[in-house]
Amino acid sequence: MNNSDTTLQNDNGTKRKVMTLNLGPQHPATHGVLRLVLELDGETVVKCTPDIGYLHRGVEKHIEHLNYLQVIPHTDRLDYIAAMANNIGYCIAVERLFGIEAPERAQYIRTMLAELTRIVSHLLWLGTHALDIGAMTVFLYCFREREKIQVLYEKLCGARLTVSYPRIGGVKRDVDAEWLDELYRFTEEFPTRVEEYETLIDQNRIWLKRTKGIGVISAEEAINLGLSGPTLRGSGVPYDVRKFMPYGVYDKLKWEVPTGVNGDIYDRYRVRMEEFRQSNSIIRQCIEKMPSGPIMADAPKFVLPPKDKVLNNMEQLIHHFVLITKGPATAPQGEIYVATEVPKGELGFYIVSDGSGKPYRLRIRPPSFVHISALPKLCEGGLVADVIANIGSIDIVLGECDR
Amino acid sequence: MDTAILIFKIVMVVSVVLLHVAYVVYFERKVIGHMQARLGPMRVGWHGLLQPIADFIKLFFKEDIIPFSADKPIFFIAPVIGVIAALGSFAVIPLWDGFIIADINIGILFILALSSVGAYSIILAGWASNSKYSFLGGLRSSAQVISYEIAMGLSIVGVIMQSGSASLSDIVNAQADGPFIFTQFIGFFVFLMSALAETNRVPFDMPEAETELVAGYATEYSGMRFGLFFMAEYAGMFVMSSLAAICFFGGWRGPDFWIFSHVPGIFWFLLKVYAVIFFYFWIRATLPRYRYDQLMSLGWKLFIPLALANIVITALWKLL
Repeated sequence: MNNSDTTLQNDNGTKRKVMTLNLGPQHPATHGVLRLVLELDGETVVKCTPDIGYLHRGVEKHIEHLNYLQVIPHTDRLDYIAAMANNIGYCIAVERLFGIEAPERAQYIRTMLAELTRIVSHLLWLGTHALDIGAMTVFLYCFREREKIQVLYEKLCGARLTVSYPRIGGVKRDVDAEWLDELYRFTEEFPTRVEEYETLIDQNRIWLKRTKGIGVISAEEAINLGLSGPTLRGSGVPYDVRKFMPYGVYDKLKWEVPTGVNGDIYDRYRVRMEEFRQSNSIIRQCIEKMPSGPIMADAPKFVLPPKDKVLNNMEQLIHHFVLITKGPATAPQGEIYVATEVPKGELGFYIVSDGSGKPYRLRIRPPSFVHISALPKLCEGGLVADVIANIGSIDIVLGECDR
Repeated sequence: MDTAILIFKIVMVVSVVLLHVAYVVYFERKVIGHMQARLGPMRVGWHGLLQPIADFIKLFFKEDIIPFSADKPIFFIAPVIGVIAALGSFAVIPLWDGFIIADINIGILFILALSSVGAYSIILAGWASNSKYSFLGGLRSSAQVISYEIAMGLSIVGVIMQSGSASLSDIVNAQADGPFIFTQFIGFFVFLMSALAETNRVPFDMPEAETELVAGYATEYSGMRFGLFFMAEYAGMFVMSSLAAICFFGGWRGPDFWIFSHVPGIFWFLLKVYAVIFFYFWIRATLPRYRYDQLMSLGWKLFIPLALANIVITALWKLL
């Protein structure tokens, strides 16, 4: 694919050839290893062909050989920027398959952490998106806040990036008051930080020129392409899995779904900036309403028993042994699709169970994969600089796209 | 004897300028670092003061990779042109009263001419690398040159009209009553923006636009050849800042009262130069990057008319 055969007609009847430019897989702005084959007429993009698969690790096939409990760390590595949201999505899918439900406190913790993850992911998106368009300082400001959240993660579960904190039937460890206080202090401070990012770019003429009216996608096209999340809401479609198919405790909290109007890069940017505030508010409500109680479901066939009981009680020891060696081998047969709203869009887990401890087939519906398919639509007719802005605005992670 | 003094002067200016260029890089990293809530270089020497030297050693000993399909003679020559053009400009810049290597009567034209030659280094580098990213960088640079050289030249015409000379020493002497910034603020604005484009600084850093063109014209360069481009860019920035200091802020002239009148001219000169350079850094830390076609329309539709208007206003003001 090094040289294109496409020719274009000049005004005087002669023909000119287009230039093929390989953008990626190693390029500073391709968010990992995305490769775009661009056909350029001058700097105008005539054709844009995404080429994916450079980060393919065969996760779905690998998962077929693992029992349900062992899958969680693999979901970390899909969208490694928002690992917690993937874990939660997977756990909810498996819980619905098993017919169990996490206790209320665990639901609150999960909802809170899912929103915290949304903030982390959007911070990284905002930083890199602004960096792609040339605003360097926003990147470092975003990482300053991101660092604080990662420290909170580390205090919670020992890991900063690949957290693997939720479990099927609940969460691994309870949150203490001290940790919640720290998180609450963060949420008090965070809205002023969002304003700080906005002072740098929101009304900046150069930023507006680079984003307004660029990469426009209408609501109809966005739906037809299967876009989801902020990328869809930027076009004015108020679809959000959290509202339409509520999970966790989203239906018990007050929050809004921000939407755009024009479907251009600026509107998608605005939607995500508003989501910072909404997520922040959700976290605060979760902390305020957090009930006390157990953090793991009482379902010994599917959920690992507490360690102290394993060491003292014969039945619990047997449960533990069976779950670790065979997985939840009493899983009901059947199939299930469960979607959750992760920071990048709708993440779906489609699980086929044959009644053994391992999923017969686990198919992941990653938002990034769908969003990349919109890139040709967004980029063609624009300039090379717009391609970069578009890649940033659809917020993709290749670990999730290639799996 | 005159020749010996001249050679001594040249060696002195070049070495001092190179040292300054190296520390401008350090200054930039420190300033931008603090603006971005971090510290900048801290490890090499006290507060990273030896960082430029470490950078130089690293660049010097890196492998010099020459692409197989590059046009070799031009590939070799391109960075050299850039450095020569940038350092050559210092010949006509008066550092303090009476200290100038060549006091020619068209100093401004000489600097503008050399900066245009400097653009060749980028265009040739882009062309000779035989790489698509470099090629696009080179093309962008040529587009930038034709949009901004004109605006820049025109913005200085006002200064020349006011001082009645194109010699940089004369321009400074003509500002004995007060710097030209007060009368030439439109010209100053256009000059400052054009200088940003001229030196390929944010928000006009299209030719190298890291996130779009990897490293633009310098993509295929490595080691000291890349270092020469780097040096040319910062030396160019120093030249443009000096020009701004001389044309609009009165060069080596400082306030003429109390103890200030005893401060040597070089201090005032460097103070003004570094103030302009600081402004460049500030812009870099604040603004995103323009798109290449937006930059052209900005140059042709805003800066050139503004510069022309400035000339008309200055002419009318002279008449009255």
